[in-house]
Amino acid sequence: MIALVAPLLLFLLASFVLPVLLMLSRAVTDRELQAVWPASAAALRQWDGAGPPPDALAHSVAREMVAARRAGTLNRVANRLNYDMVGSRSLLYATAERLENGAPGNTVAALARIDPRWGQRDIWAAMRHADGPLTSHYLLAALDLRFDADDRVTRVPPEQAVFGNIYLRTFKISAVVALFCVFLGYPIAYMLASLPERKANPLLILVLLPFWTSALVRTAAWAVLLQTNGVVNNALLNIGLIDTPIQLIYNRLGVYIAMTHVLLPFLILPLYGVMKGISPTAMRAASSLGASPLRAFVKVYLPQTLPGVAAGAIIVFTLALGYYVTPALVGGGADQMISASIAFYTNQSLNWGMAAALSLLLLVPLLLMLFAGRTMARTVPA
Amino acid sequence: MTGYRSRSERAGRALLIGFCILVFAFLVLPILAVVPLSLNPGTFLVFPEAGLSLRWYRTLAESPQWKHAFGNSMKIAVATTLIATPLGTLAAIGLAHMRSRSKTLIVAIITAPLVVPVVVVAIAFYFLFAPFGLVNGPVGLIVAHTALAVPFVVIVVHASLRGLDLELLRAASSLGAAPTTVLLRVLAPLIAPGIAAGAVFAFMTSFDETTVALFIAGPEQRTLPIQMFEGVREQISPAIAAAATLLVIASTLLLGTAELLRRRGERSGSAAPDVGA
Repeated sequence: MIALVAPLLLFLLASFVLPVLLMLSRAVTDRELQAVWPASAAALRQWDGAGPPPDALAHSVAREMVAARRAGTLNRVANRLNYDMVGSRSLLYATAERLENGAPGNTVAALARIDPRWGQRDIWAAMRHADGPLTSHYLLAALDLRFDADDRVTRVPPEQAVFGNIYLRTFKISAVVALFCVFLGYPIAYMLASLPERKANPLLILVLLPFWTSALVRTAAWAVLLQTNGVVNNALLNIGLIDTPIQLIYNRLGVYIAMTHVLLPFLILPLYGVMKGISPTAMRAASSLGASPLRAFVKVYLPQTLPGVAAGAIIVFTLALGYYVTPALVGGGADQMISASIAFYTNQSLNWGMAAALSLLLLVPLLLMLFAGRTMARTVPA
Repeated sequence: MTGYRSRSERAGRALLIGFCILVFAFLVLPILAVVPLSLNPGTFLVFPEAGLSLRWYRTLAESPQWKHAFGNSMKIAVATTLIATPLGTLAAIGLAHMRSRSKTLIVAIITAPLVVPVVVVAIAFYFLFAPFGLVNGPVGLIVAHTALAVPFVVIVVHASLRGLDLELLRAASSLGAAPTTVLLRVLAPLIAPGIAAGAVFAFMTSFDETTVALFIAGPEQRTLPIQMFEGVREQISPAIAAAATLLVIASTLLLGTAELLRRRGERSGSAAPDVGA
């Protein structure tokens, strides 16, 4: 029977598992300097990093800098070093040009005469960090940390520390959306479960209709409705709730509205499944023993639904963590989640190591949450 | 329900129903609201006051970009369906017969595309295909969409197999049918509704997929979701409402059918033991 599963398994291993793992591996590998400057990479490994950089290293760096500039590959090293030390890029290009015009560069002192920064530790430390094949640079950077010139892990300057905030914002938006979904979805699931199926099924279509419509289409619908002169503002003006149109889109409010709408069915449907399986006898027993309806609900019914609430909330939360399209369309610049940063480093800044590190730091908490959710679901008797 | 209801219980019930009506309105009205907006004769995104017009549908039908995008989406979604449906169906049949511990691992691999955030999948494909120049071509997108769509096929077909009486298959084998004959002549007709539902889910997964397409589709492979995404981002007009309306109708019809098929599949599957008995 494994023969029937094998084609799909092979397909997914090749087209999904492998690409994702290869992508994530970029978060911890560092091969640019090695690939472009092989001799310098070897010389860097000879240097212990504690003493002054040896002249042999300077010599091979100078030689390979010129060769790489001619071959058009210097930008790969320059970009990589720039991640560690701002200004490396211009330093490399300016130095390579001077060397090509005949300036001597066979010793550290000679290079320092071209630009005094070659006489300081920072650029050499940056090269040592970029020497590969493994690096913690990207993961540290994703946590707003970096190695200083003395190989100690330090915080990056506050004006560069952006990712902590973005992760915090991503988790906060996801948690708020999950809370909204529980608040709005619980009564719906409860009502559906308390109705006979004949009456519940037509109402269920009202949940399935948004579930079937793609997230993009629903986000587009909200983008249309929430405009400053759009339908929602007009309605609020007409009933006199507001005097002037309010900003409902391209801010946090728009993100909360659209994401809650997109994700609400993911809470209602599993919760409805759990509630349908709850036998009414315990509630009846509680009432017949004199518990008030509210007390019976809180003490008897609610605890039985908590696994369903947790399961639904975890689904919503983990889906929200990775959302890209909805925040991009209805959020403002200050509402973008970590997925927007991943996209930025992939498409615009072309720093793939950074994109991979941010993905890894998104994936790890997400998988932990899902695992915790599954373990929780298993400890609850069905 | 005890028949006897106190006044506070009735008030609670009324409150619940009132709240639920509001939430149902929140769920459905935004989707329905795009229909009148799309029939607006003017350029504003308000409900039309003076007459209805199909102007924005004509704009869509006459726009080469929208037509091109629609063609691309159809092409890619059909290709995805044709690959994902047989792969997923075979795997679901195989899984139904497995009882080993390895099944857990296999299920985890098959459902992984549902768990990993799409943006992570998107850049994984981007990094993979960029060095080979497959970014911009349809092949990369079809492969990616198949990976994202196939779990739905497996889940739906697997569910339709759950109640199936495996004795029927053994009976066919013992009467001398070759394994392929059993598969095609006995099993396939029994789970046909489930397979059809899986195929529709696969089609819609690809047809609606936005994020991976945004990353790896080139200008020649622009799909409908990309067209829509950029329309919302750059110049929002009633044309977007018209496109949204068409997509809502299409997905409701298709997925509504799939849902009916799925239910029929699960019912006919669970009815099978009665037939055997």
